[in-house]
Amino acid sequence: MNQQQSVLPESANLGADQPSSLRLISTLGLAGLISGLCLVGIYTITLPRIEANKARTLKEAVLQVLPGSVSMEELVWNGQGLIPVEQAGEASYTESIYAAYNRDGSLVGYAIPEDGAGFQDTIRLIYGYRPDSREIVGMRVLESRETPGLGDKIYKDQAFQENFRALSVSPEVVAVKHGSKNAPNQVDCITGATISSKAVVRILRQGNQTWLERIDKSASGTTENGKLPGVPGARNGEVSVPSAEPGIESRRPALPAGSQGR
Amino acid sequence: MPSIPASSPGGGSGSQGSGVADGDWERVQAEFMKGIWKENPVFVQVLGMCPMLAVTNSAVNAMAMGAATFFVLVGSSFLVSLLRNFIPRQVRISTYIVIIATFVTVADFTLQALLPDIHRELGAFISLIVVNCLILGRQEAFASKNTVKHAVADAVGMAGGFAIALLCLGSVREILGSGSLFGVSLFGSGYEPWVIMILPPGGFIMLGLILLFFNWLKSRRAHWLQSLDKLGEGAR
Amino acid sequence: MAELVWIFFSALLINNFVLSYFLGLCPFFGVSGRLDTAFRLGLATLFVMVITVVCAWALNTFVLPYAPYLRLISFILVIASTVQFVEMFIKKVSPALFRALGIFLPLITTNCAILGLALFMTNREYGLLQGLVFALGAGAGFTLALVLMAGLRQETELSSVPSIVKGTAMNLLMAGILSLAFMGFAGLFSAGS
Repeated sequence: MNQQQSVLPESANLGADQPSSLRLISTLGLAGLISGLCLVGIYTITLPRIEANKARTLKEAVLQVLPGSVSMEELVWNGQGLIPVEQAGEASYTESIYAAYNRDGSLVGYAIPEDGAGFQDTIRLIYGYRPDSREIVGMRVLESRETPGLGDKIYKDQAFQENFRALSVSPEVVAVKHGSKNAPNQVDCITGATISSKAVVRILRQGNQTWLERIDKSASGTTENGKLPGVPGARNGEVSVPSAEPGIESRRPALPAGSQGR
Repeated sequence: MPSIPASSPGGGSGSQGSGVADGDWERVQAEFMKGIWKENPVFVQVLGMCPMLAVTNSAVNAMAMGAATFFVLVGSSFLVSLLRNFIPRQVRISTYIVIIATFVTVADFTLQALLPDIHRELGAFISLIVVNCLILGRQEAFASKNTVKHAVADAVGMAGGFAIALLCLGSVREILGSGSLFGVSLFGSGYEPWVIMILPPGGFIMLGLILLFFNWLKSRRAHWLQSLDKLGEGAR
Repeated sequence: MAELVWIFFSALLINNFVLSYFLGLCPFFGVSGRLDTAFRLGLATLFVMVITVVCAWALNTFVLPYAPYLRLISFILVIASTVQFVEMFIKKVSPALFRALGIFLPLITTNCAILGLALFMTNREYGLLQGLVFALGAGAGFTLALVLMAGLRQETELSSVPSIVKGTAMNLLMAGILSLAFMGFAGLFSAGS
């Protein structure tokens, strides 16, 4: 680190030596300009791939936690109803969920991303919720640093995953000791990873608390085929501008918020 | 080298005269080889430990990190050495950082586009290559004072040595910690992995043991040379 | 609130920057020889981290949405120059504080824990308040690790160990044991419910 140390004092008394400060500034400016050009170039080249990768990962996760679905749409809550993020306009929303549709275009359910404290670090997961049966039908861990061999069973253990095939959310999802599951709203904890299992349950509850009521409210106005009702934007007579990009795939696919973190 | 030099990256070999014409090819080779073994950035100089320990929980991650570092170090050494006469001394470090950060961003985006899974695993540590002391150290100590050819040879050697060290540590930790290498299971299902090895403490302990091994090798060698000397004196 | 508490203790103990993320190892091994130096370096780092978070937040909010490819470069340059500026300011205003922290400030700026903090904060999409809490936790965690390590090293300084173990090898082994001890904090916040 010695070299780095010497940077600052020197740049602090620029111009004390022979080269004019103009030369110094122009060198730095030139370096910045060239590097900026390089960066813009590589960014433009790689952006489509990166976006496509992210969108694919997201779509895979959504379709996996909602079996039977083939397409999806990102929704945000605007205070009155769930609206497609395209119609949300300028207002920025920090949280969103994904509605998934089957081949006929009718609603299968909602995929809800949520995160919370795990045993080691934050666990991020996404789970599929079917409003018709009020059940969680799938869960996938997107990011976690749980202990290998123990806590990581929350996504590696098949038996644990089975808990989330048809998990009732009423009255509430609860974690029970391994082997004592006897009701549809119970999750059988993993032996040796009880804390991680409980963390998953707590994260699910947290997600349910935020979203289930909103989904219910929104659904009361849902039309027969499951498509979304007249959203506030449309009610006000605003026309949603069809976006140039095709569909949701290219839209803010920032699924696991900060999925690159650790 | 009697013991691990506590010196900074600058302590390397930058002092050797530059621009020597005769025996040029040999010098290129020498610059290359010193990074691989005699002045190995990890095992001998103990530089760049942050990425070293953070990403070596599997051999694949270690290799990706090694490759990214290789790209950044060789690229920036080339550029810095090419521009060494144009960069005023006062702003050299800022300029180096801009150059390095550009290469790192390029590597980051490329990896994200081509190998998204590995990029997710490495996360912020790809961006953190920017502050790897090894890279800035080579610019300051070597690339800024030597011709392009030697600078690149030096960078390839150093980055190669770094990548080899990463791969060693990554392989050992993966073999012990998950019983596999490059994801291929080695010992069958009967093996109980030493999970601690792929956890953070395993990184510290394993690198400590490897350094211990190198120190032992060195002391053995010094000892051996000494006794050889004595033997020679006795014979005379 | 619960989230803020989690962010703080996670960065302080459970996911300590040094012992779990391996960030800032250079100063961790370089400056942990003496207890008082270690403590002051830790405080200076904490201070720089708080400044960093404010810079990173400002960049993330006002600049980077328009130019995401400038993230890394702008983080480094802006953080370095801001810290430099603050250093001059402190020197003017409070020479005592400058003597305590001053010499360490430039050294810290390019420490990977600082850039790591900014990058993690961005990846996790923390706001300003969350970021500040994160910085306090990470900085305090860094100080804690550094002080503990300095204590260990002072203890072992005079004990007789084989010559080949002395130096970095032994420091790494001690850090490994320290990191092992810190693993015990895992589950601190999820065990309850």
